[in-house]
Amino acid sequence: MSWFEKIMPSRIKTERRKRSVPEGLWIKCPACDAVLYRAELERNLYVCPKCHNHMRDIGARERLAYFLDPGEHAEIGAQVAPEDALKFRDSRRYRDRLAQAQKATGEKDALVVLAGTLHGLPVVACAFEFQFLAGSMGSVVGERFKRAVDHCIEQRCPLICFSSSGGARMQEALFSLQQMAKTSAALARLAAARVPYISVLTDPTLGGVSASLAMLGDLNLAEPRALIGFTGPRVIEQTMRETLPEGFQRSEFQLEHGALDMIVDRRDMRERIAVLLRLLLKLPPLAA
Amino acid sequence: MAVAFLDFEQPIAELEAKIEELRHVGSDSEVNINDEIARLQAKSRQLTMSIFASLTPWQITQLARHPQRPYTLDYVSAVCREFHELHGDRMFGDDLAIVGGLARLEDRVVMVVGHQKGRDTKERVRRNYGMPKPEGYRKALRLMRLAERFRLPLVTLIDTPGAFPGVGAEERGQCEAIARNLFDMSVLGVPIVTVVTGEGGSGGALAIGVCDRLLMLQYSTYSVISPEPCASILWKSTDKKEAAAEALGLTAQRLYQLGLIDEVLEEPLGGAHRDPAAMSVTLKAAVIHHLEELEKLSVEELRERRSARIASFGVYTEEVGE
Repeated sequence: MSWFEKIMPSRIKTERRKRSVPEGLWIKCPACDAVLYRAELERNLYVCPKCHNHMRDIGARERLAYFLDPGEHAEIGAQVAPEDALKFRDSRRYRDRLAQAQKATGEKDALVVLAGTLHGLPVVACAFEFQFLAGSMGSVVGERFKRAVDHCIEQRCPLICFSSSGGARMQEALFSLQQMAKTSAALARLAAARVPYISVLTDPTLGGVSASLAMLGDLNLAEPRALIGFTGPRVIEQTMRETLPEGFQRSEFQLEHGALDMIVDRRDMRERIAVLLRLLLKLPPLAA
Repeated sequence: MAVAFLDFEQPIAELEAKIEELRHVGSDSEVNINDEIARLQAKSRQLTMSIFASLTPWQITQLARHPQRPYTLDYVSAVCREFHELHGDRMFGDDLAIVGGLARLEDRVVMVVGHQKGRDTKERVRRNYGMPKPEGYRKALRLMRLAERFRLPLVTLIDTPGAFPGVGAEERGQCEAIARNLFDMSVLGVPIVTVVTGEGGSGGALAIGVCDRLLMLQYSTYSVISPEPCASILWKSTDKKEAAAEALGLTAQRLYQLGLIDEVLEEPLGGAHRDPAAMSVTLKAAVIHHLEELEKLSVEELRERRSARIASFGVYTEEVGE
């Protein structure tokens, strides 16, 4: 243990142990190579203070803790846990991959759903944990998302979802494909109930998640420079042998092509969504 | 047209070649050529039966992609009394990888929407190998909404390697187009019967496959990813495609056991392409049977059941008593 770690506050240490981000007190920004002090980066919500790169390292719970008002949050669907229905085995067993991901992240699966308040307004917020098998969507993610929607319909409270996912989870095969239908069908019910749903696409949102719940927001927001698309850029390049245009599939590209309503800096997200929801719900503006 | 045989069918191919040869010499020979041919034909049937009795998931994947497999328009012309193809998404273009239109199925009018592959190279390119772009999904959605407005049941036929992975498709919102179809189909106010006739390739297939009844032909496949990319991602080797096909459980039989589909439609011996007419008869009867059941429901009941059906998808454990 270095002298630096010894003087580090214990709160940061425990948070760090649960997550699989590279150990160390200093982090190099992958975009601008600036060497950043981890504690400062955490305070800045994993946005590089030098180049404003929005890093993937922010965990689902960290994100929700920042987003919701402080206080008690009720977790929805926490008791729903994954099952290896197909006894899927590739170079490794799916069960082992699950166990490892659970250990590394402290989560049972890739979606965390919390009910809380946003500037006093009751909301349900969910976030994908990208460190859990690339935030892939299987049966648990689908079921938790559906329960989030059910809660929102029952309580007539808005839903916000932060997605970061490689897509559907291959090891659950057709079960995971059907989660695209399941989450989309839930959102159709939410829309019919006239309850707002704000989708926030973060880096990266691809495949089965972008082609279902992430693109179906009443408002689609994204963080700057997030990779968003159906087929990932590497696959397109390999199969189509096409050279990809500069900035292809980034948030700015998606905004230009009409897929998004706006791009919002992570550090402004909480305020901006609170303001937008109050407009959709015809509530008076936030007190300054 | 001569039947094209797959690698695992080579023993059948050899036998059939022999039969063909005998037919040619048949005319100027006095021995019982006809008896010999009949004997070999019986043997060929036996051989086909034994090979097809234990196909691997990878072999079934090959059958689902068979170049002579009947496609949507083949079934439509065999099954429907009338078919009037409708074109275009009214926004960008007409994607030929998806076809759709008004049809008469016996005495009822239906909307048919399906993927369409091409038979020869030129046609394959024109149909983009059955891989739709956003305009294809938006055309499909337009036709579905049209069906809803005039209370016409919807029949969708799935046969695609997947949604097209290209720059233009991404620019025009491939993910939004697929997502929108899933969203709208889940509440569409008319019965939807979906039949997977060939390849059920992931989101590109599901985008016209949210339904009340899901049927699969015996040698069709349906999965979240094709065996080849699955193998290269999870095994880091495309040589493992057979293992991937096995692991993905993508065959009709397996999916039926898992409770993910409603019915498996038996194919003629050797596969649908060996007797497309017989396959069409089976498909037509099954579609009509399911439509008849669904037509008894009110729109509300139909929506409720579909919603409950979709919500039930998934396998997970749940700890109780907290």
